[in-house]
Amino acid sequence: MTNSYHIVVCAGIVPDPLQTLEPISGPAGPALKNEMMLPAVLDPWAGHALYEAANLAAKVSGSKVWLVSAAPKAKLQQVMMNVAQKASFELVPIDAQANGFADAHAVAEILVSAIQLIPGLDRSRLLLFGGWESASRGAGVTMQLVAEQLGIVDQFQGVDQLSVQADGSFEILERIEGGRHMVRNVRGRRRCWLGPRGICRNPKTIRRSEWRTCAPSCRHCRRQNRAHCRKTDCVT
Amino acid sequence: MENRILFLAHVDESGKTLPKVACEVLGAAIDLAQQCGGTLAIGLIGREVQSVADSLAASGAAILAVAGPEFEYPRYASDAAAIEAICRATTPQLVIAPGTSRFTRAMAGAAQRLNAHIDTHITSVEMNEGAVVAKRWLYRQRMEALIQREARPWFLVLDSGCHVAWTGAAGAAEIQLLNVDQPANARRTTFCEMRTPSSSTQTIRPDAKLLFVAGAGWCKKQADGKTHLPEAETTILEFLRNSGASLGGSKSLVDQSGENQAVLGFMTHLNQVGQTGATPRHPKGLSTCCHGEEPHVVGWRFINERRAVNLDPNCGWARGKADVLYVADAFQVISKLNEMMAKRVTHEEELVPQP
Repeated sequence: MTNSYHIVVCAGIVPDPLQTLEPISGPAGPALKNEMMLPAVLDPWAGHALYEAANLAAKVSGSKVWLVSAAPKAKLQQVMMNVAQKASFELVPIDAQANGFADAHAVAEILVSAIQLIPGLDRSRLLLFGGWESASRGAGVTMQLVAEQLGIVDQFQGVDQLSVQADGSFEILERIEGGRHMVRNVRGRRRCWLGPRGICRNPKTIRRSEWRTCAPSCRHCRRQNRAHCRKTDCVT
Repeated sequence: MENRILFLAHVDESGKTLPKVACEVLGAAIDLAQQCGGTLAIGLIGREVQSVADSLAASGAAILAVAGPEFEYPRYASDAAAIEAICRATTPQLVIAPGTSRFTRAMAGAAQRLNAHIDTHITSVEMNEGAVVAKRWLYRQRMEALIQREARPWFLVLDSGCHVAWTGAAGAAEIQLLNVDQPANARRTTFCEMRTPSSSTQTIRPDAKLLFVAGAGWCKKQADGKTHLPEAETTILEFLRNSGASLGGSKSLVDQSGENQAVLGFMTHLNQVGQTGATPRHPKGLSTCCHGEEPHVVGWRFINERRAVNLDPNCGWARGKADVLYVADAFQVISKLNEMMAKRVTHEEELVPQP
């Protein structure tokens, strides 16, 4: 049990790549035309990170996976009904606007708040997974910002393969320029993997995930440690 | 007005020069400093930085550096600490850095420590009506955004191929070396080796003039009702060797390896071009056995001269996505091209005077 991991995967949802996207200027800034009507999917990069997390958790007994996702609640429900069929995890949904126009710093702050509030999460065994890019903004910084705020100093980007060694350390293949890999070894815990879309295979069906209540995404609700009240003035 | 601009770079793997993208981004930083009348400082990271600093002497900028064995190889903890130290020493309003894998890993964390804001994948940065405006793509290159921020410091990480590389005469540069103390937990990650992917040849060449894309058709049954994988592999590798092209693949082709189907042995997900793959910047592109569907062609956004070979005259390439579509069998076309290129190479060898 002591060698098990607590894996938190941060994943966003994006419009189906086959949809036509048209930018518009709304009262709250730039947005996509008919955004709420567009079919959504789990971000491909985050999807692979989730698969790797589920794969690692399946190999190491006692490990557990949480999926933290910030998106409008209706869209999140629609996507997670599909995703939950394919991997075992506990969902931590955050009812918030997080599209391609959202600021990565604001999204990172919301994610950090939600992760810190996960009950039963052992931070000394924490592995943080996520996509290093996305099919929306592709900021490429959200996961690093989250990890830095959580005090994680072992970060890896474009991870195509991670394997647990006999001594408990990890061997990591990070994708770098020219189609090469940089191989590295890391000891200890609390790491951030910025997974790629890459060598992963299709997720296998395991079992349906548990569902938790909406994590509070506004300061008022966070302070009270209760589900987000979804009042207009509470939306972050 | 932006008074203080910091250009950050790291020494490349050879330990003697800057990566090419860093020279391009330095050109953009110098242009911006001239536009806004600000002062430019240069921050360098690496095991040994004197030779690189000497090559930048003509820029006239003050040079600070964090150097030592701990900074030879990329590592988040040491790189973020080095970036933080250089920024604290220069207190810049704008930090401009190249989008190398090393910096994209560490810049965001350093920005967080400095309470700065960061934007990556920037394709241009310039002054517009007294304000700094950066451009970048959103939704996988489907729409372009202009970004302005009030917050400072502002980190801008620029992509490659977006600016002319800076060149200048080498000189004797004076470096202000900074000390960075690292705690023990910052040394847990150790470098092991660089490894090329499990392919028989290096097929990804970012500086190649031509992108050669192979689609799933190479692995499909041909006119005789059989697949010809060994022949396809030989033909493609010979073409890459003769032309110096970089190899790309469609998603359907690279996914086949994950589905345990017969595939081209040298094709990996690293080669994938398209909406969920790479968006390379080669001047020319040649697509073969690929239908040219929209999600794939999105990855061709920066490729200006496009040609395709496909048996289907109604494929996506024929609908305005390519300049020229050859309705032909790619096996035959590429084999013929290989013959012609082999003859040319032989002819050129004959023309070279023997000593």
